[in-house]
Amino acid sequence: MARGAVSIVVERCKACGFCVEFCPTKVLALSDAFNSKGYHPPHAVTPDKCSGCDLCGMYCPDFAIHGYRLDKAAKAAETEASDAR
Amino acid sequence: MSTTTTPDCKVHPGNPVESFLRTDRMPHIWCPGCGIGTTVNCFTRALIDSKQDLNKLAIVSGIGCTGRVAGYVNLDSFHTTHGRAIPFATGLKLASPETTVVVYSGDGDLFAIGGNHLIHAARRNMDIKVICVNNLTYAMTGGQTAPTTPEDVITATAPYGTYDPAFNLPYLVEAAGAVYVARWTTFHVKQLARSMQEMFAKKGFGFIEVVSPCPTLYQRRNKMGDALDTMKFYKEVSKTKHGAPTSEVGLTKSGEIVVGKFVDRERPDFTTHMHEHLQHSLGDKYIPAEGPVCG
Ligand code: SF4
Ligand code: SF4
Ligand code: SF4
Repeated sequence: MARGAVSIVVERCKACGFCVEFCPTKVLALSDAFNSKGYHPPHAVTPDKCSGCDLCGMYCPDFAIHGYRLDKAAKAAETEASDAR
Repeated sequence: MSTTTTPDCKVHPGNPVESFLRTDRMPHIWCPGCGIGTTVNCFTRALIDSKQDLNKLAIVSGIGCTGRVAGYVNLDSFHTTHGRAIPFATGLKLASPETTVVVYSGDGDLFAIGGNHLIHAARRNMDIKVICVNNLTYAMTGGQTAPTTPEDVITATAPYGTYDPAFNLPYLVEAAGAVYVARWTTFHVKQLARSMQEMFAKKGFGFIEVVSPCPTLYQRRNKMGDALDTMKFYKEVSKTKHGAPTSEVGLTKSGEIVVGKFVDRERPDFTTHMHEHLQHSLGDKYIPAEGPVCG
C-alpha cells in the first residue's frame, strides 16, 4: 500500500530529471508524453512505493511536483469537510 | 488514485512552496535544471519550519539570474540595482530593525559588482542574512569570467581557459567578520534548508553559499554535461566537514567540494554595538529611537 502520492503540474516541468534521480524509492520516470513546451514530464511508474517524503518537491527547480503523505491528506480533507458542515 | 497530474501551470495545490510564489509569473525564466529554483524550495521550507512572521520579513535581490528570486516570491521583496542589494538591505534593517532582512543574490552581484558593500556589511556585522547562489559565472549576461570562476575553465571571455585565482567565498566572508558561514550545494536540499533556519535564528551577518548548476553557460562550455550530471557530480565530490578552516575550502573545477557549517561565532551586531557605544559616550543624553524610524 502506498503511503504517499505525488501531484505533478505538467506544464511547469522542464524535464531536468532531478525528481526521477533523487527519489529514494525510484517511483518516477520521465514519460513519453510532451507538455506544450515540448518537455517530457515525469509520471509515477511504481506509485505503490511512494512514501510521500516530498524529496522530489524539494529538488524540483520548477515547482512542478510535490509529494504528500496520504494519511495527512485524508485528515486534511476530513477537517475541511467538517468545517464545511 | 495515487498520482494526480494537472495541465494548468498556474496553480499547484498542496505544494508548500506555492503560497510563497507569485503564481501569475510561473513558469519562471530559469533554464531547465538551473539550481536557483531548488534553493527557493529550501528557502520556503526554512521559512515554514522556523515559523517566520512573513509580515516581518523582506527579501532583497540584486541583478542576475538569482536576482529574479525577488520577483518570483510573494513576500515583501525588492529587486535593486546591480550590486546594491546589501546597501539597500542595510538601510532597510536600520530603518526597520524588527524586520528580518534576507539578501538573495548571485555570486557576481554580491562579490564582484557589490563586493565592497558585502565586506563592509560583514565587518560591521549588520544583522542581515545573505543567501548567495554561486553558479561560478556571470550567467545572465552570457557566461563571462567572474571572480568566482575557478581556474582552467572555459568561459565566454576566456576561450582558452581562465588563469586568475578565484575568490574563496567562505574564507573572504569569515575574514571580513561574518558570524555565520556555511556552504552547501543544490544537491544538499535538507541540509541547506536546516542551515537557512539556523542562520535566520542567529543575530548578525550570516552567509550561506549554495553551489548551483548553470547548465546553459558554465557546464555546457566545459563539457560537464547537463544539470542532472552536475547534481550527480556534487553528490560524488562533496564532503561534509563542519568547522573546516575556510582557508582550505576553495573551489576548483573538478575537485572536492567541502560543504558544511564553517563559522558560528558570537560578536555584537552593528545596532547593538552602536547603542552600547553611544550610551557609553553620551550617557543620559542618548535616547535610542524606538520601533521603525520611518514608514
Ligand atoms: S514523495 Fe518521495 S517517494 Fe514519493 S515520488 Fe516524491 S521523492 Fe519519491
Ligand atoms: S524535477 Fe521538476 S522540472 Fe525536473 S523533471 Fe521533475 S518535475 Fe520536471
Ligand atoms: S543562465 Fe544559468 S544561472 Fe541563469 S537561469 Fe540559465 S542555468 Fe540558471
